[in-house]
Amino acid sequence: MNYQFQFDAVFAAWPLLLKGTWITIQLSLSATLIGLVVAIFCAWGKTSGPGWLRFVINAYIEVIRNTPFLVQLFFFFFALPAVGLRWSPQTAALVAMVVNLGAYATEIIRAGIESIPKGQIEAGRALNLKPWEIFRFVIIKPALKAIYPALTSQFILLMLSSAVVSVISADDLTSVAANLQSQTFRSFEIYIVVAAIYLALALAFSAMFKLIYKRTLNYPDRR
Amino acid sequence: MRTFGFPEFLFILEAAKWTLALSAIAFVGGAILGLIIALMRTSESTWARGVSTTFIQIFQGTPLLLQLFLVFFGAPVLGLDINPWVAAGVALVLNSAAFLGEIWRGCIEAVPRGQWEAAEALSLKYSARMRDVVLPQAFKIALAPTVGYLVQIIKGTSLAAIIGFVEVTRAGQIVNNATFQPLIVFSVVAAIYFAICWPLSLLAGRMERKRAQALAR
Repeated sequence: MNYQFQFDAVFAAWPLLLKGTWITIQLSLSATLIGLVVAIFCAWGKTSGPGWLRFVINAYIEVIRNTPFLVQLFFFFFALPAVGLRWSPQTAALVAMVVNLGAYATEIIRAGIESIPKGQIEAGRALNLKPWEIFRFVIIKPALKAIYPALTSQFILLMLSSAVVSVISADDLTSVAANLQSQTFRSFEIYIVVAAIYLALALAFSAMFKLIYKRTLNYPDRR
Repeated sequence: MRTFGFPEFLFILEAAKWTLALSAIAFVGGAILGLIIALMRTSESTWARGVSTTFIQIFQGTPLLLQLFLVFFGAPVLGLDINPWVAAGVALVLNSAAFLGEIWRGCIEAVPRGQWEAAEALSLKYSARMRDVVLPQAFKIALAPTVGYLVQIIKGTSLAAIIGFVEVTRAGQIVNNATFQPLIVFSVVAAIYFAICWPLSLLAGRMERKRAQALAR
């Protein structure tokens, strides 16, 4: 092996890499926030909505969970403009990520709500708590604690799978890498550095989520 | 310009066999390596635990697409001649090994502690303890999540399209470039994945419920 590693060209492009990293973070965070709103609505619809709504939500979840994210992205970016819905790569990427996360998070949230024992809600009523108090203290808080690990690892999975949006040139970190690659031809070095950035992001987010858990949700359970 | 007709449909459908073949490689290779990883993660040697933890962190902490690129662009650097088949195969095997290894670690640890202790008390060696006591029980626990993970592997093979491997997604892109009918083309592509993955998801869900019932009893 007489390959000379040359990282200079990669490190020289650090402002671009930084910008790409920032866009990846922004995309993931905004997709998660909007996706969670979608998921909370769907979880409500699935547990207590009318029959037809349950059917629609179930179909949405099953279709999204059983098809690749790449195909969903192609569908939103190439297929929908053909029927008149035009949008930029960024918007298409965000929509695909929201729709994808929404389906996974719905199942997670539903499982959390179902993990609350009926007796706990009845106990809340017996204590004469108002409905919103029951929702806030008896349902949401313990449910959030139960699903917190699943929800945060879903966020990290989404951030990593967002690398795929580079195929429609959505300016994210992997798109930056692809552009640098075609300018400098140092593909291997570039992808090593970019993979390391993703790894650092994943580890940093997972450490941050653990810290938040310790500070806010780490109260003892009574069973 | 061509329109989307039966031959185009057949072209995409036929590519499904490459999706399935790639999934099979990723699963079999990933299962063998994943079992080793899971055993290393649960072993008593600090060295083995360290190596396997690092392996899992790297492959679960970076995007599958980047892993694919690194194998594809990295192999020529090491002086290896590589085609999309090998690159996709290697990257998917390593990735599935990390995820299966972590899933199976959980299953091995879910075998009640008393079973380990009983095997130790019977002075069984490590290999016998694992082979005859722990793994058979872990296997039962692992069945449902493993079938569930199979769906992730099948969906993951779609990324091989980006390095030019002709499977269902790439076939869809090719047909789309010839017909400019993305709505029908990508609907067909999605439908094929759905037809493969949904039965597996249902099966995994049913196995999960059966186990939960068996445990509740």
